Amino acid sequence: MRVPIHKQGSYLIASIQAALTDADLLQLQDDLSSKVGHYRSRGAIVDVTALDVMDSFAVRTLRSIAHMLRLRGAETVIVGIQPEVAFAMVQLGLTLEDVATALDLEEGLAYLYELTKKSGHKNG
Amino acid sequence: MDETINVTIKSDTDIVLAREQGRALAEKLGFTQIEMTVIATAISEIARNIIEHANSGEIILCEHHNGVRHGIQIIATDQGPGIPDVNKAMQDDYSTGKGLGLGLPGSKRLMDEFDIQSTVGGGTVVVMRKWKYT
Repeated sequence: MRVPIHKQGSYLIASIQAALTDADLLQLQDDLSSKVGHYRSRGAIVDVTALDVMDSFAVRTLRSIAHMLRLRGAETVIVGIQPEVAFAMVQLGLTLEDVATALDLEEGLAYLYELTKKSGHKNG
Repeated sequence: MDETINVTIKSDTDIVLAREQGRALAEKLGFTQIEMTVIATAISEIARNIIEHANSGEIILCEHHNGVRHGIQIIATDQGPGIPDVNKAMQDDYSTGKGLGLGLPGSKRLMDEFDIQSTVGGGTVVVMRKWKYT
């Protein structure tokens, strides 16, 4: 199932609706990378509230998305990781340590706003 | 008689199916929400191992009793090339596939029991169990 991506101001919001296959995750990566260029977005939020499992492939892909979008000039925030999903991720050995996370969409938007409000450029 | 669920693993959609079936069985057996997620995550990892290393295989889910405790048993089998060095494959960060090298050791951490038998040219069998404590 293709993940819908909405444009909100200078940000993109990808709202995952249901369990994703590996192919769906890779599709999301491609879609976000091209849409960031198309809309000249400064940030992207990936809402994973609906995901009941985040395994190593999902985490690896989300990390790739964050790194790719940064190279395209946009910051990424993963929001909505459920408590039991976070527990399983840590047990498995997955941390997403180099990727920004926030509790929910509202917090994610606030984070992006703080990060991108100062200037049109963002280093690092 | 205890229910046994067989899921054929031959594409990435089967990985999702296997973990959904595992979660459903875990729920039926009375596992908590966190345990259900832990079980589904471990199934996802070993199912992906099948796809990456053997192309196809099978996940068998069932209730399991050992006389004292009961829980869920997950068997993953394939007729793939096998793992030459099982000890190495059980180390964190050792990966020959597309993952993060956490699949086998990570699944072991998620479950209570974990056993792997592999013969080069003969395939791999993983048996993992999670007991119910409440």
